[in-house]
Amino acid sequence: MFKCKTSAEVGGMGHSVKRKEDARFLHGKGNYVDDVKLPGMLTMVMVRSPYAYAKIKSINKEKALAIPGVLAVITGEDLAQYNLHWMPTLLSDTQMVLPTDTVMHQAQEVCAVIATDRYIAVDGAEAVDVQYEPMDPIVDPFKALDKDAPLLRPDKEDQKDNQIYHWERGDRAKTDEVIANADVVVKERIHLPRIHVASIETCGCVASYDKDTEKLVVYLTTQAPHAIRTVVALVAGHVGLSEEKIRIISPDIGGGFGGKVPVYPAYVVAIAATFLIGKPVKWIEDRSENLVNGFARDYHMDCELAATKDGKIQAFKVSTLADHGYTDSSANPSKYPTGMFSICTGSYDYEHAFAELDAVYTNKAPGGVAYRCSFRVTEAVHAIERMVDKLAAKIGKDPALLRLENFIKKEQFPYSSPLGWSYDSGDYEATLKKAMDMLGYDDYKKEQAQKRKEGKLMGIGISTFTEVVGAGPSKDFDILGIAMFDSAEIRVHPTGKALARFGTKSQGQGHETTYAQILAEELGIPYTDIEIDEGDTDTAPYGLGTYASRSTPTAGAAAAIAARKLRDKGKKIAAYLLEVSEEDIEWEVGKYFVKGAPEKSKTIQEVVFAAYTNIPPGMEPGFEATHYYDPPNLTFPNGAYICVVEVEKETGAIDVKRFVAIDDCGNIINPMIVEGQVHGGLTQGIAPAMYEGIEYDDEGNVLNGTFMDYLVPTAVESPHWETGHTITPSPHHPLGAKGVAESPTVGAPPAIANAIIDALAPLGIEHLDIPITPAKVWEAIQAHS
Amino acid sequence: MIPANFTYHKASSLKDAIALAESLGEEAKYMSGGHSLLPMMKLRFATPEHIIDISKIQGLSFIKEEGDLLKIGAMTTQTEMEYSDLLRSKYPIFGDAIKLTADPSVRNVGTLGGNIAHGDAANDQPALMLAMRATVIAEGVDGQKSIPIDEFFHGFYMTALEPTDILVEIHIPKASKHSGGAYHKVERKVGDYATAGVAVYVELDDDGVCREIGIALTNVSAVPMRVDRAEELLRGKKITDDLIGQAGVFASEDCEPTSDLRGSEAYKRSLVDTITKRMLNKALERARQ
Repeated sequence: MFKCKTSAEVGGMGHSVKRKEDARFLHGKGNYVDDVKLPGMLTMVMVRSPYAYAKIKSINKEKALAIPGVLAVITGEDLAQYNLHWMPTLLSDTQMVLPTDTVMHQAQEVCAVIATDRYIAVDGAEAVDVQYEPMDPIVDPFKALDKDAPLLRPDKEDQKDNQIYHWERGDRAKTDEVIANADVVVKERIHLPRIHVASIETCGCVASYDKDTEKLVVYLTTQAPHAIRTVVALVAGHVGLSEEKIRIISPDIGGGFGGKVPVYPAYVVAIAATFLIGKPVKWIEDRSENLVNGFARDYHMDCELAATKDGKIQAFKVSTLADHGYTDSSANPSKYPTGMFSICTGSYDYEHAFAELDAVYTNKAPGGVAYRCSFRVTEAVHAIERMVDKLAAKIGKDPALLRLENFIKKEQFPYSSPLGWSYDSGDYEATLKKAMDMLGYDDYKKEQAQKRKEGKLMGIGISTFTEVVGAGPSKDFDILGIAMFDSAEIRVHPTGKALARFGTKSQGQGHETTYAQILAEELGIPYTDIEIDEGDTDTAPYGLGTYASRSTPTAGAAAAIAARKLRDKGKKIAAYLLEVSEEDIEWEVGKYFVKGAPEKSKTIQEVVFAAYTNIPPGMEPGFEATHYYDPPNLTFPNGAYICVVEVEKETGAIDVKRFVAIDDCGNIINPMIVEGQVHGGLTQGIAPAMYEGIEYDDEGNVLNGTFMDYLVPTAVESPHWETGHTITPSPHHPLGAKGVAESPTVGAPPAIANAIIDALAPLGIEHLDIPITPAKVWEAIQAHS
Repeated sequence: MIPANFTYHKASSLKDAIALAESLGEEAKYMSGGHSLLPMMKLRFATPEHIIDISKIQGLSFIKEEGDLLKIGAMTTQTEMEYSDLLRSKYPIFGDAIKLTADPSVRNVGTLGGNIAHGDAANDQPALMLAMRATVIAEGVDGQKSIPIDEFFHGFYMTALEPTDILVEIHIPKASKHSGGAYHKVERKVGDYATAGVAVYVELDDDGVCREIGIALTNVSAVPMRVDRAEELLRGKKITDDLIGQAGVFASEDCEPTSDLRGSEAYKRSLVDTITKRMLNKALERARQ
């Protein structure tokens, strides 16, 4: 286990210090976008389409403009005058800001009403008279490529059908050959449903343009403020906005989970509105709007797993149909359209794999939000973990034993996966065995055998996942060509206290605490003496933001390296103060001392003070350092989760009796914060496994667009999470750390699905797609009895 | 999520409220807790021009036994009922239901009267009222009137109340020595409306014969419904496991669920069967204590 190098007062790595940011949140003093109030500020409300696919025949503004306080109604035609009615997406597609002729999904933004307050704006939005001519939408992605399907994107040259792209990786011929000749092949079509991040705070912005200074300030719920600044400069450069005149401020954010990475059309409209009107414009999405936009997942995966008769895995093949909605707006900064999906070979050692994917357009809101997931890892992990369980069931082998026999061994790292990743480190066997011990796996197997004799339904499900996080190395990632590094800038003040700024942006992750702990670890300055600042592009160093569990792997590493630069400078100063040569100075946390004479020492605070007051001749004064860190590789956190469920035959009710989660995220900065991340992530894992999934009717209407029907689990639905760790440090990260926040969200769903399906196995049920609800279980039981 | 324009009126007494309603006419709506009406207004499904706030009217919040009756004031909140010693000790069916209704913050404000007067078969209290054979006391332009619960629910969001009527009190036959009730609903998650719910209230004589029985269902019909056939089957008999099984089948056959996001019609019928049997057993157990 990790041994703390610092005292509790210093609070370096491994200390469960309380979060520095919590006092203001708990006292209601958080400062969110909707708290921003500027003089003369106007409010914007969007008019949205009731239809999934329709021609816009006319938009009549008159009645709305007649309402006192309504100042403007902005349509796509208005934006078209400035060529701002379309915007590019990160993946070389285009997205409407506001439509000029056609709406492509239900709840799409049709026009914007600007008024003096929100109440008036909402009345104005209701008074806008839009005439539509509804058309038959494509809702089922499997029908998108039919010959008679309407061409959804005639605006795109060369687009002859509704396919967006085909992607593949691996050796198709060899994989097919191995599968054709294998003793055992299991197959399944697995769907991961469309889900929504449902963060507590919805999206919003306050855009404020000053005609005199020509400066645009945008307060924005964004996980990536610098990237947004550059995007705005590139998209709106032609109307005179240039990057030094754009300031993006991400204030406190009430949960992001990937849903606050995209640029939503209303942001652009608000910026256009303040630019034209010259007054600040606020747009705050309401809950109903939030719940019908910005989706994740929606992969239909045809999987095949081949093995020898005694269960040695030989090959995996997956062919996916991806429903992207009407545009590919995936918040994916990797160089691959499917992100990290090729991690789908999992934690197992075999040679042959092939993955391919066809993405299609449908009349749905754009998907591609990477919900607490590094770009399609959740899909990948669900596919392989379900298939491994299916293989175990098919050959009658204990799924834990099957995994243990197929794991990549500890000594095989760094491991080159069949689809081209280099896994950095892991000890999968130790992690699974720890989970089995904590659960009492063998006892539960016995209990299950007994219960099955009594006709009761009890299941045990395992997921031993490998994650891939920390976007990322510039060879694999960029945003508009910008490498996915991240940054830290440290200023230590004369009195030995510090201010550090980062290119990332916390949305609840606890950066104000964990970054301070990293610096405390490296410099010996107590974490309480270090202020952390993020989110303002005028002050923070350039960075790519916080998502994909990338902050610790990138900005955390930058912090450590910047601190080490300071330590090197401090060594020179200490040598000068102690009148010895630099080679004679040694460092232990918080102080420099003379080799062999530890009583001759200078604390870090003394050295910092000297950097301002008693500088060695010729040395640059001050005590500041900056580092931009482009990681050499991603980090590969992993874990073993085991879930025990009982299912009631009569009602389909599912009772999660136990859930044990052992994570390996390398060295841990703050165990309490990691514990909190894991609890939250597991709850967001049980969500799609048992509760959440956006449903559409044949007309493309969202059927569950409210919290009454979109079932976000609460503490009541959450089982008692039992957590633990193995620690296998990342060999390439300066702190040996890996990302962790996504692991539980990625790893939990297959463990739960495997447990429920295992419970139902005696009835002959081999697979159920998530969310697995009591109603779905009951229907399956009826169909099998 | 912002209601259309409306005018707010605060009533200081019943008389005041009824007079306001009479003068404002059809576009006026009473509001007490507001936890059914306000969401509909925010979604602009309901756009009343006038809201008459009756929540500050004194004297409509009480729980007491008087003569042969249990009387509960219409403004009594669900939380007050949940923590009432009288209801906890003698009428545990209320606790069964209230713990499954919405969440604590809603129950702190939502009232018994509102839950019934809204006329929504998805609400939990209507089934309890039917099972316990309550009488609704309302006050209107013509003074006070009593409405037997079986005549109260007319349709989806429609009740026997006239637009100017205010539900003021609920009367329920007082618990006898061998009576007991139970309620359960299956919900998809905490705070949800019922996928299916069943209220059972049973009264036995000294020999254990069923003197009176009420079985009513939540959210499996357009209007809160009583299962007459199952009641007739059990009334006047010693209730056996076979009879309980048969009552469950009757309930599942007679309910009128529709397939929706909560589940298929068949699933809901099956739930009604299962819960009816379980609640009969639970109510009998309580009656025999």
